[in-house]
Amino acid sequence: MSKYLLRRLMIVIPSVIGISIVLFTVLALAPGDPFEELATNPNVPPEVRANLRAKFGLDDPVALRYVRWAGSMLVGDWGFSFASRIDVEHLILQRLPTTLIVIGMSQLLALAIALPVGIYAATRPYSIFDQIASTLALIGFSLPTFFTGLLFILVFSIHLDWLPFVYRADIAAEGWRFYWEHFRQALMPVAVLGLFQGASWTRFVRSAVLDVIRLDYVTTARAKGLAERAVVMKHVVRNALIPVVTLVALQMPTIFGGAIVTEQIFRVPGIGSLLISAILANDTPVIMAVTFVLSCLVILFNLIADVLYGWLDPRITYR
Amino acid sequence: MVGVVILGAIVLGVLVGPWLWPVAINDIDFTARLKAPSLAHPFGTDDLGQDVLARMIYGGRISLAVGFAAMMIAIIAGTLIGAVAGMARGSVDAVLMWLTDLFLSLPQLPFLLLIIYLFQGALKTLVGPEIGVFILIVAVIGMFRWMPVARLVRAQFFSLREKEFVEAARALGASTSRQVVRHILPNSLGPVIVAGTIDVAAAIIAESTLSFLGLGFPPDIPSWGRLLYDAKDYLDIAPHWALFPGAAIFLVVLSISYIGDGLRDALDPRKVM
Repeated sequence: MSKYLLRRLMIVIPSVIGISIVLFTVLALAPGDPFEELATNPNVPPEVRANLRAKFGLDDPVALRYVRWAGSMLVGDWGFSFASRIDVEHLILQRLPTTLIVIGMSQLLALAIALPVGIYAATRPYSIFDQIASTLALIGFSLPTFFTGLLFILVFSIHLDWLPFVYRADIAAEGWRFYWEHFRQALMPVAVLGLFQGASWTRFVRSAVLDVIRLDYVTTARAKGLAERAVVMKHVVRNALIPVVTLVALQMPTIFGGAIVTEQIFRVPGIGSLLISAILANDTPVIMAVTFVLSCLVILFNLIADVLYGWLDPRITYR
Repeated sequence: MVGVVILGAIVLGVLVGPWLWPVAINDIDFTARLKAPSLAHPFGTDDLGQDVLARMIYGGRISLAVGFAAMMIAIIAGTLIGAVAGMARGSVDAVLMWLTDLFLSLPQLPFLLLIIYLFQGALKTLVGPEIGVFILIVAVIGMFRWMPVARLVRAQFFSLREKEFVEAARALGASTSRQVVRHILPNSLGPVIVAGTIDVAAAIIAESTLSFLGLGFPPDIPSWGRLLYDAKDYLDIAPHWALFPGAAIFLVVLSISYIGDGLRDALDPRKVM
């Protein structure tokens, strides 16, 4: 197992390097100057700007700049936010936990929907339950998150007035009320993301289980006299989950995209809304850092998927 | 089938709409601000008293055009890369597939936002704001959608190039390009068409998302996502303003998904039961 992990980690490194190269190339190709903010500011004389350019090495060749940038990213010096006047790494560390909590909870919700519904629908293909579930799944994944978000606000916040639609980090309450308020305000973002993911995963789970359930070894298991429940849970689902894990890992970039939109709608103070506000404020260091962090998170989750893969299918581990 | 009918109706409505509903999209009328749907304004009005139906017809053209144009780019780029990788094999194939995997693991939305943020200004000055933003959005969305197509085409090439009919063409002295263009490529396009259908939906959603975040089209070009973005601050007093464009996006994506599912079932020989 540890050998397998090590091998996977070795593959991660070139991907991170590749992404950092893509990111840097985009920035280097872009017209305009990251110091444009200073250039348009009449209080900054041109010679100060030239000094700054020299200090940050902006006049050096691209390859040298990349090496220097990558080096400082490695030692944790991620630059300085133009807009909020604090170090980028602090800003990101502040915002990251909220995002991870919201995404994590929505994924749990999605799994809680997709696994039972998908498995049950696949064990009874073309039954009424299956048809209703498939239709709902198709509708659920055709509804873009920004529209469901607005619908939820319209129904639950404006018409019914049950839930707050602005996420607040500073809740003036203690004890169980504190957690209750947090739960209430997290409910809608988590539901929007979770339902969207759950809908598309239901389709994956259903088709994966359908592929497995008619294989010969399942018939054998049934012929041995195993209970239907044991056949499905032990024999079918474990094997059906292997392609599902792959598809879920491939969906990771989409999930982060959805999280950015959801955070923006509900004003969740996470890393996604940080990205949007940084773009609107022309805050280049923050934009670069957030994009890089999100890319690394995607790679991290792909790694976790690979490890899960090895656990689900021991043949892969000791290959 | 239902999908084809719904999508056809929306496309038709968007194309001939301006003749049936000849109201200017920027006709400002402050006496009719944020009005609920009525006979004079079937879809209501927005905060400047502009007719939402007229703006939706116009926006539909934009959204659908972006969807189809981005799909074309994704399919052309994907087919090209997949074909080169499938024919070349060896190290060229390895490099191209590494690139494909790299693009697959990039978080698309942040990169879309980043590229649009960085390049918007330059293109605007180069070809004007409307066309500039359109080209940029289409190119960038297409650039992040070609990977599945490339993989499909490559896999098809690997199996097709060993088939007897290609070997026969080779034995007859057909050049490599003739083998590819006349024999392999036409036979590998089935799954590509399915992937392309789904790409249209994905591109429409991507464009709406960008516009919804306020980073897509400028306010004077009301694409559906932009309409939602403008409407979201008036949800409590004018919900119709957000509901109609949202429903339009939903219907288009849903019908395209249905068409994609139907096409896949029709083209996939491995049918489930």
